[in-house]
Amino acid sequence: MNILKFFTAGSVDDGKSTLIGRLLYDTDSILADQLEALQSSNRKNDDGSIDLAILTDGLRAEREQGITIDVAYKYFQTDKRKFIIADTPGHIQYTRNMVTGASTAKLAIILIDARNGVVEQTIRHSYLVSLLGIEHVVVCLNKMDMVGYSETVFNAITDRYKTLAADLNLKDVTFIPVSALKGDNVVNESEYMPWYKGRSLLHFLETVDVAEEDYGLARMPVQWVVRPQTEALHDYRGYAGRILSGSFNVNDRVTVLPSGSSSVIERIEIFDQEPAQAHAGQSVTLHLKDDIDISRGDVLVNSDHLPKRAQLIEADICWMDARPMDDSITYLLQHNSKLTKCKIREIIHKVDINTLEKQDAHEFKLNDIGRVVIKTADELAFDVYSENKANGAAILIDSRTNLTAAALMFRAVAD
Amino acid sequence: MSKYNLDYLDELEAEAIHIMREVAGQFEKPALLFSGGKDSITLVRLAEKAFRPGKFPFPLVHIDTGHNFEETITYRDKMVERIGEKLIIGHVQDSIDQGKVVEQTGKNASRNGLQTVTLLDTIALHKFDACIGGARRDEEKARAKERIFSVRDEFGQWDPKRQRPELWNIYNGKIHKGENVRVFPISNWTELDVWNYIKREKIELPSIYFAHNRDVITRNGQLMAASPFLNMDDEDIVEHKKVRFRTVGDMSCTAAVESDADQLDDIIAEISASKISERGARMDDKVSEAAMEDRKKGGYF
Repeated sequence: MNILKFFTAGSVDDGKSTLIGRLLYDTDSILADQLEALQSSNRKNDDGSIDLAILTDGLRAEREQGITIDVAYKYFQTDKRKFIIADTPGHIQYTRNMVTGASTAKLAIILIDARNGVVEQTIRHSYLVSLLGIEHVVVCLNKMDMVGYSETVFNAITDRYKTLAADLNLKDVTFIPVSALKGDNVVNESEYMPWYKGRSLLHFLETVDVAEEDYGLARMPVQWVVRPQTEALHDYRGYAGRILSGSFNVNDRVTVLPSGSSSVIERIEIFDQEPAQAHAGQSVTLHLKDDIDISRGDVLVNSDHLPKRAQLIEADICWMDARPMDDSITYLLQHNSKLTKCKIREIIHKVDINTLEKQDAHEFKLNDIGRVVIKTADELAFDVYSENKANGAAILIDSRTNLTAAALMFRAVAD
Repeated sequence: MSKYNLDYLDELEAEAIHIMREVAGQFEKPALLFSGGKDSITLVRLAEKAFRPGKFPFPLVHIDTGHNFEETITYRDKMVERIGEKLIIGHVQDSIDQGKVVEQTGKNASRNGLQTVTLLDTIALHKFDACIGGARRDEEKARAKERIFSVRDEFGQWDPKRQRPELWNIYNGKIHKGENVRVFPISNWTELDVWNYIKREKIELPSIYFAHNRDVITRNGQLMAASPFLNMDDEDIVEHKKVRFRTVGDMSCTAAVESDADQLDDIIAEISASKISERGARMDDKVSEAAMEDRKKGGYF
């Protein structure tokens, strides 16, 4: 059994919390005491049924305001798969939370209110899904019960969305007509939409292929050097880290960056196991044949497929801090285990995420998205985000506040 | 080009090990909070996987309410001896003796709430900058929103509105002097995942997790172990029942469930079928719907 991480984008009014509540409720993932708390709550739907949205509204401030203010993670499983949902808010001021939830997801559910069709917010959410390179997109047309379960409405909206998806270069898009409130096509197939021949949302989530593909880009940032320094293990020197992408085999030639020195993998350890091969996602300890100087922040890569190396890098950026971008100060940049200093060299453009228009800009504020050129103090060994997400992303930290100020997705070596 | 999937337990394990190594790499004085419960026992196993054959780059820290199940303390001491790592104990009794906290009175008195002060004092005394804990997001809805690296101010407070965005698998552990970070490597595990992992790894647990005969009383619809730490009166009727504990905290706030499950497989079967969530057996969460949120803001684990 494997895990699928997905996130949901949509506003309160699209019934997003209700959809997640419905997934949990209809898969029997709500436990008795949670259900009891739910039933005793004062919030009910107009027809007196339980308001499933309460299940995902975690914090008191949210209950008071009736909105989701942060990313909430929910867990459920069926006999086919385990699921981790990042429930992200749809309000414009919370773009940063959506980017956060989306950054670890393999699949995005975009909710559209069938009464309203594709609106500004749909464009915004779809743009972010495209920017973050989410592999699979499911567009749920919700509230089908309010449009008479109409196939014509469904077709009109999907046609419009397909144009948008093509503009945004979204690859794998699936459309499902649902009613989260009534339960149609969420877990159970609907009896009111015989014209829809596809899978229910849950059935789709259980069967979509999310296996990791190995493009040969073996990368492992060193997090920690294991050196017991005991008499029995005097010469033991293991490089501990989690493989970001690709796979490593015993006897593979590897290069250590930024130094550029190279060696051969002598042994792979996963605690008491010594496998001949290890894949992306696994936390391992690697041993090399030669004694070379390696420390935290270095990255071990397959010598046949070297990453790009640069200090001037063009990157997409999402600003996440209340303090605006300041090109006069030095930020910290964290790229996996590598921490270095960084400045913003140039703003190439800002994107109006409602119209997707690129604009000239002199400032970047909270929730602004666009493209910049950065200059780092140390050379970075990175891949282009669209080719290898795991080694193509970084965060900026404001060293005055220590807050995470921005998300960066590397696009190219800058001239 | 090949394709592959990691099994879910391997993926959760690899993620937790990655997080622990980030703690080791990013902080000067980390610690692992060890309660003797199954979640922190799982953390110890993960730390072995992250750092062996080297030593742990942090000590274990136990905040001891003094109202323990004896079985937990026996287990703790045996385990510390086996792994050969340092254990630091912070005593709630010391905080009471120093007048920093006042023992609760009344029928539902518990030392659970007092732990926070002892924890913060222990953190300050040893200047810990990161504390690894075994909290999981599936336990409770406030926890469902907490980051894996969760920054606390110098009063130990969590501010849900000031959380840093946590992107990809990149963790920002930068803090100001006096602040510290709570780190939750098994955030993404469910109760059932923990049990399946314990089974797979053949991890030994304190005996109170398995069904055993015990004197209990019924309080607010829950079974509490009869003990000198519980303020009992004539209305409390002691019964002898076969029970086990789903979580292990202080004796005055951890409720038992009636059970015949004395083997891991039986426990896993019981939990898979169960309709009461794990924290439902904790009196401390019943106080109000926002109980956990309030305690976390006040510096709780």
